[in-house]
Amino acid sequence: MAAVQDTIEQVRGVDVDKYKYGFKTEIESELAPKGLSEDIVRYISGKNDEPEWLLEWRLEAYRRWLTMEEPDWARVDYPKIDFQDLYYYAAPKTTEGPKSLDEVDPILLETYAKLGIPLKEQEILAGVRKHDEPSTLDEDGVGEMGSGRVAIDAVFDSVSVVTTFKKELAKAGVIFCSISEAVREHPELVKKYLGTVVPQSDNFYATLNSAVYSDGSFVYIPEGVRCPMELSTYFRINEENTGQFERTLIIAEKGSYVSYLEGCTAPMRDENQLHAAVVELVALDDAEIKYSTVQNWYPGDANGKGGIYNFVTKRGDCRGKNSKISWTQVETGSAITWKYPSCILRGENSRGEFYSIAISNGRQQVDSGTKMIHLGKNSSSRIISKGISAGHSQNTYRGLVSAHRKATGARNFTQCDSLLIGDKCGAHTVPYIEAKNSSSTFEHEATTSKISDDQMFYARQRGLGEEEAVALIVNGFVRDVLQHLPMEFMAETQKLIGISLEGSVG
Amino acid sequence: MLDIKNLHVKIADEDTEILKGVNLTVNPGEVHAIMGPNGSGKSTLSYVLSGKEDYEVTEGSVTYDGADLLDMEIEERASAGLFLAFQYPIEIPGVPTMTFLRTALNAQRKARGEEELTTPAFMKLVKEKAQQLKVRPEMLKRPVNVGFSGGEKKRAEILQMAVLEPKLCVLDETDSGLDIDALRVVAEGVNALRSPDRAMIVITHYQRLLEYIVPDVVHVLSNGRVVKTGGKELALELEANGYAEFETEAA
Ligand SMILES: Nc1ncnc2c1ncn2[C@@H]1O[C@H](COP(=O)(O)OP(=O)(O)OP(=O)(O)O)[C@@H](O)[C@H]1O
Ligand SMILES: [Mg+2]
Repeated sequence: MAAVQDTIEQVRGVDVDKYKYGFKTEIESELAPKGLSEDIVRYISGKNDEPEWLLEWRLEAYRRWLTMEEPDWARVDYPKIDFQDLYYYAAPKTTEGPKSLDEVDPILLETYAKLGIPLKEQEILAGVRKHDEPSTLDEDGVGEMGSGRVAIDAVFDSVSVVTTFKKELAKAGVIFCSISEAVREHPELVKKYLGTVVPQSDNFYATLNSAVYSDGSFVYIPEGVRCPMELSTYFRINEENTGQFERTLIIAEKGSYVSYLEGCTAPMRDENQLHAAVVELVALDDAEIKYSTVQNWYPGDANGKGGIYNFVTKRGDCRGKNSKISWTQVETGSAITWKYPSCILRGENSRGEFYSIAISNGRQQVDSGTKMIHLGKNSSSRIISKGISAGHSQNTYRGLVSAHRKATGARNFTQCDSLLIGDKCGAHTVPYIEAKNSSSTFEHEATTSKISDDQMFYARQRGLGEEEAVALIVNGFVRDVLQHLPMEFMAETQKLIGISLEGSVG
Repeated sequence: MLDIKNLHVKIADEDTEILKGVNLTVNPGEVHAIMGPNGSGKSTLSYVLSGKEDYEVTEGSVTYDGADLLDMEIEERASAGLFLAFQYPIEIPGVPTMTFLRTALNAQRKARGEEELTTPAFMKLVKEKAQQLKVRPEMLKRPVNVGFSGGEKKRAEILQMAVLEPKLCVLDETDSGLDIDALRVVAEGVNALRSPDRAMIVITHYQRLLEYIVPDVVHVLSNGRVVKTGGKELALELEANGYAEFETEAA
């Protein structure tokens, strides 16, 4: 394991450049033939050893998808994607069915290091120590990773390669594994919940995902259980011309609680890579799911060449009374972001939250926001969105808050703040509000501001360089949202904000 | 330490000249007071020294520690030891004062090729200075100047100055808005910083501050020019007679 320790050391010494995750890992991989057809759907299903019902489900989605049109209502602009020119399956060859960490390719471990997987987690991933042993990194005293108790599922191109902490989680009755494994081991759960929050036919990308998703994470928290640690998934796109289509399904039974983190990176490439994930959350009576994302896919270069197209459908269903789902997202990467993590507030007294930081720079285009659909009595929701646009980027907040006739006493508070850096970028706010009963109260506040010259002068007079001053002021601007991130991610995010805004002044 | 020669300044994009040939020499260890009527150009002088971009120097020179000050970036001047205590301190929402100060101090240290201060060492330093200036620790957790009262803002400026330990301190009406006790505390804080290798320029309207911070030299700035220079007794004279004498001179 000395080599791994070395990697850890190296990574600690690495300087952050503009996109520090822009490396490519040389791992032999197994690709399905290019293009999309029923055969490819069968191939993917076969690779995962799936039961007949799932294959049928996929095929149904595929046939449906053929009849659908790519949506064009978002404020994003990109050349038409040739869906026949993509690979729909790429699995790292060396990692077929790893059952223990020792079987994991050292190059993969190196990859984790470059991914910025928190160092203490890497130690665990790498088997340098067990989670209850003290970390050699502790003398730093920074406590950068808090307890260091985070279970990880790593998804590399299309396939989940390793899940940590399984045994300990199993003791608590928690299931945390790749979704393909869940299909094998817990088919009744998958069958019961898959596609019940985001139906197969929901939208163009979700339907595509239903047909060709290759893997993803599955979480099940039994009744009354508070998940003993944070759960985390790292997604990495590596292969050229691949689409990555993960599927995540999280179920929180009555009275349970789970906090889940998602992080993502991709190498720098000239071509655009497609990413279309689906995330479904189900919270039953009195259950709570906290879902946090730090999205740092490659954004493309300064002229808008390359970068990830990120078309994601994320939705949570507050199915039970008093249930709660909270989305926190930090969106700094991708050439195009099309993403609206939403909550269906079905249960009486249920609560949905959306906290978002969306930063765009260069030629990035972000169209993101949320939907809060109030169906249950006295359901409440809260939206805090902070959009920062710099360079030539376009940043749109698109939100829908609706209250059904029966959702009496529904409440929403929305605060939508935009910050502009420079005068070549754009910020747009598109809020839709629909109340079908008279006892709902919806409040909406929106502001647009610029970093003032006075603030810049003041900070620089104290010794901060221009970029440092911008990063500090922006970090202040997003503070309300930062506070909702798990401790583990806060410091990383603050740094990431600085990196994302490099080159935005002057 | 600071040598201002025949400084002419106008507002960028406009023709109005504000400073019309200012001459001023400040040596290490000295405290200079600048007094003068409203609108005479005192704040403008402090802004030009610190590099604010709204102004344009049309003539003259400023030398600081042997270097051409006007040629330096704002943050370079700061890490070279120039500090401006603002007449109207700026608010930065969401950034805790403590974070702001630590970032500033470390940025300056880094620029000077010094080690950054560790968090515990920094905390110790700030706590010590805050105590001297009777600034409550809770205030340091609040965002920079946001919701601070007028007096609190001024005190926070002096706290920043005490932590950053600049070589040339420019204080623009730090006394205005301070109550009598606060004035004494702040003046003590400033006096604690007086040293043979540190100089100060204190802009004020009131003789009272100068009773606490006793200046070596007093200047009168009127209509963009230094029209009179004297010892500390000049401040007393002004207090008694006002600026009438200089205003007619300028007209
Ligand atoms: N950015 C600016 N734009 C327009 N006018 C300006 C600007 N800055 C300064 N001035 C003008 O220049 C003159 C000098 O202003 P300055 O603030 O330097 O005065 P002061 O001596 O500090 O006054 P006070 O004692 O009231 O603080 C004033 O007439 C002011 O209106
Ligand atoms: Mg003034």
